[in-house]
Amino acid sequence: MSSFLSSNAELIITLVKIVLLLFIVLTVNAYLTWFERKVVAHIQSRWGPHRVGPHGLLQPLADGVKFLFKEDPTPAGVDKFVFYLAPLLALALAMTSIAIIPFGPDPIHLFGHDIYLGIAPPDLNIGILALFAITALGVYGIALAGWSSNSKYPLLGGLRSSAQMISYELALTMSVVGVLLMAGSFNLRDIINAQAHHPELGILGWNVWPQILGFICFFIAAIAETNRAPFDLPEAESELVAGFHTEYASFKFAMFFIAEYTSMITVSCLCSIMFFGGWLSPFPASWTFTHYVPSAILISFGLWVIWDGIRYETVFGKIILPAAGTAITALGAVFISFPDINAFIQAPFWLLSKIFIFLFVYVWMRGTLPRFRYDQLMAFGWKLLLPVSIVNVVLTSFAILAKMQWGAK
Amino acid sequence: MTAPLAVFFVLAALAVIGAVNLILQKHPIHSALSLIVVMVALAGLYLLMGAEFVAAVQIIVYGGAIMVLFVLVIMLLNAGIEEHTSISKLAGVPGLLLVAALAGFIAATIARSTDVVQAAQQTGDMSSTKGISNMLFRDFVYPFELTSFLILVAIMGAVVLAQREKS
Repeated sequence: MSSFLSSNAELIITLVKIVLLLFIVLTVNAYLTWFERKVVAHIQSRWGPHRVGPHGLLQPLADGVKFLFKEDPTPAGVDKFVFYLAPLLALALAMTSIAIIPFGPDPIHLFGHDIYLGIAPPDLNIGILALFAITALGVYGIALAGWSSNSKYPLLGGLRSSAQMISYELALTMSVVGVLLMAGSFNLRDIINAQAHHPELGILGWNVWPQILGFICFFIAAIAETNRAPFDLPEAESELVAGFHTEYASFKFAMFFIAEYTSMITVSCLCSIMFFGGWLSPFPASWTFTHYVPSAILISFGLWVIWDGIRYETVFGKIILPAAGTAITALGAVFISFPDINAFIQAPFWLLSKIFIFLFVYVWMRGTLPRFRYDQLMAFGWKLLLPVSIVNVVLTSFAILAKMQWGAK
Repeated sequence: MTAPLAVFFVLAALAVIGAVNLILQKHPIHSALSLIVVMVALAGLYLLMGAEFVAAVQIIVYGGAIMVLFVLVIMLLNAGIEEHTSISKLAGVPGLLLVAALAGFIAATIARSTDVVQAAQQTGDMSSTKGISNMLFRDFVYPFELTSFLILVAIMGAVVLAQREKS
């Protein structure tokens, strides 16, 4: 048994990582729906979910149970194979893309093995290309769902999404070329490390400053690629009922939903890694006291949860919230008292905070911006985003060339 | 059997089954899906040979862009199940002969070569992104730019042809 374990250690570690990441991503997805509903509700001066559990925190659980137990009818005249394949494809591809993201620079030493955070090996040289390859295939889930449903609204939604994804994929790919030129590598770790050349600058050393054009193009194109508002034409409820997933019910619908939220997380990861320094701290390296920022945030948040829980109306909330708050505060205290752990969690903490900020921006945009009209969408993508991203590539190339010719070094 | 060999056989089987299925399927969308399977399986084979860049580009360009256009066109035209006509004898007999000749030629080539697996490792310099860009933009820069120019002209020609005449 032990010889089997040691000879297949890499395989077992990878399997455990896959299961863990799946669990984490699915949980985060579930709470992302809660977060989105809450934030959009507050933008629109409503309360959002607040009945199930304290602050509606058990709402995702209730939704999940509901998805599982709903009737799952297959409409008449659908192409059965493709109809079942489409949601599987969408979910599987969305989940695969997150496997490529690295979540921290340093490996954990456990049982004599270096375990890196993130599933893909750290020397994956085609990191960003592999991500684009998976995104390129992602359109099939939606297009095929729309086609196979044998219904007019889904077909229109599927057509729209194919056209939209083809149009915006060009801008998406062109807008990261500047970053790739600056890093000289497709590897996501190298891209982050290239932003750490000036540790004394902190936030000012990130790619977002020289690549501001690229970032704006990338973020807009990425939102269009994930079919989120204001680019959610494939499922525009006011025009197409529910677009490509009109005929889907129960868990097949949930699979589209999970796929969409997982792509949101992937895009947020990519934005933080390529333009916002990934796991680099925004503060200059000499400010060592900023190492206590994660603990400070955790402890103050935990204390706030305890305070909020004590005042909560229901008995259930009075028990759950203070318990959760105590756990969070204890975690913050652990980070302070063990310097090794504190040093290790710095990088993942900053990456996760940046991902969280981008997810918030996603929801914020959905709550504020009205949907594009179809011709506006096409004109915007082809006449504005693509030329701007090409200009960005040319400018970056000239800047790099000029630096090589006359650069001070 | 080593792990890479097992992966090779799985991918090769996928590619062959996909290609055969592409012809046998009656519905255009199912054929297009089979073609996507072939493209992705080929990308996997490239990856197995260590040609990471080629594999990624294969999926992005063929699996993604081109096949999405195929699917989009099939959906737009709402193409139904094709009608199969019986194969004409004139096309059938020489076709079968040609297939037999081609299969025999390939089989002979494979049987004569002693180091089939070695072929996978010769990609060396070409597999890396750096190697490919050095070839494209240094050794073969003029043919490469000429080809790009040719494609540009072809695109412009397509746009001109597709444009409706102004009445």
